[in-house]
Amino acid sequence: MSVVIEARDVTFAFGQTPALRGASVAVEAGEILAIMGPSGSGKSTLLHCLAGILVPDSGEISFAGARLDTLAETQRSSLRRDRFGFVFQFGQLVPELTAVENVALPLLLSGVRRTSALERAKAWFARLGLDGLEERRSGELSGGQAQRVALARGLVAEPQLLFADEPTGALDSLTGEQVMDLLVSAAREQGTTVILVTHEARIAAYADREVMVRDGRVNAPDRIVS
Amino acid sequence: MSVPLTLLGLLEREPSHGYDLKRDYDTFFGRGKPLPFGQVYSTLSRLARDGKVVISDVAPGSGPDRKRYIITDVGATEVEQWLTQPVEPEPHLQTVLFAKVVLALMLDRPAADYLDTQRSAHLHRMRELTEIKRAGSLVDALLADHGLYHLEADLRWIEMTGARLDALRKEVRQ
Ligand SMILES: Nc1ncnc2c1ncn2[C@@H]1O[C@H](COP(=O)(O)OP(=O)(O)OP(=O)(O)O)[C@@H](O)[C@H]1O
Ligand SMILES: [Mg+2]
Repeated sequence: MSVVIEARDVTFAFGQTPALRGASVAVEAGEILAIMGPSGSGKSTLLHCLAGILVPDSGEISFAGARLDTLAETQRSSLRRDRFGFVFQFGQLVPELTAVENVALPLLLSGVRRTSALERAKAWFARLGLDGLEERRSGELSGGQAQRVALARGLVAEPQLLFADEPTGALDSLTGEQVMDLLVSAAREQGTTVILVTHEARIAAYADREVMVRDGRVNAPDRIVS
Repeated sequence: MSVPLTLLGLLEREPSHGYDLKRDYDTFFGRGKPLPFGQVYSTLSRLARDGKVVISDVAPGSGPDRKRYIITDVGATEVEQWLTQPVEPEPHLQTVLFAKVVLALMLDRPAADYLDTQRSAHLHRMRELTEIKRAGSLVDALLADHGLYHLEADLRWIEMTGARLDALRKEVRQ
């Protein structure tokens, strides 16, 4: 196994508020990693630094063996578009677009022709139990349906890495677990590495491994008992 | 709850008489179910037989209460191992976790580390159950879920306890 993405001793502050204080974590290719920890501990900030959305104040982020944090914003944003997928807790679907257009969006943005982008997007609807909802707008979907659409959008371009921040946070237990089940199956099939932020243990249990963030640092369990 | 290990743990603070051990046990661990004197002394004599405690200061005219018990290296090692090893993750082990946390705080041991170790043992078991749930039948899933929800309850207790360790430490060390 090889490390695909890594944070080394990363610090980040929002103005006077330190959010990360020397966070380090390495994720292997194909791995599903859960980032856990109390509210405000720095989980989302760590995810955003790994994904190149935020640039650390100090420390390093490397992706596929090269520094990501020192790239220019345009390079980072094309990396995000071409190699990364994202699923967040809410408010991520574009309300003016239909569900299938929302799923096709990452493909359209990376220059795939509209007909073939929509066709690839449609294939996800049956797979995620969303048949018949292709033409709905996000306001006409239930929370669980919208979240599955968002998952499809995160995975449609077969990203090397999927970043998911509380992707089941707005869902009831059963729907949340269905979304996780689909996420894990799809990621395994495509060989996508997943970095999942959650504070729920039952959601983290879908991952291969967990790390805890506390006060802006990462504690990996030093002992696994079998 | 393990009475012998808990008494050994209490003895690690300082050598004590059986009476003091019973009082502290009842205060911190008894929770309305006091430990009978008979059980205190039978446990202590088994611990002495196994070389985990030694008896000193047998005062003249001795009843059982004249004896002071002192933990040995063997006993201290056993307490240390018990505290550092996570408890087998299964439902209904709250009382053991509880005893470990309180003792760790009394003995100035790294209770937060023990909770972390326990958390990862729990999550490890939860991953196994989740795997069973994903691969198996609905009946398997139902059974796995039962275990998962109980382990999750333990984990919530672990989180809550972890967040309150400083206050708890003050309370048990007075
Ligand atoms: N945009 C922001 N501006 C200022 N401070 C912020 C901002 N975002 C986060 N913070 C602060 O940074 C710290 C870490 O926040 P972060 O969002 O990473 O936590 P988290 O672990 O994701 O929490 P939660 O579980 O509540 O989502 C917190 O103290 C938070 O208040
Ligand atoms: Mg967050």
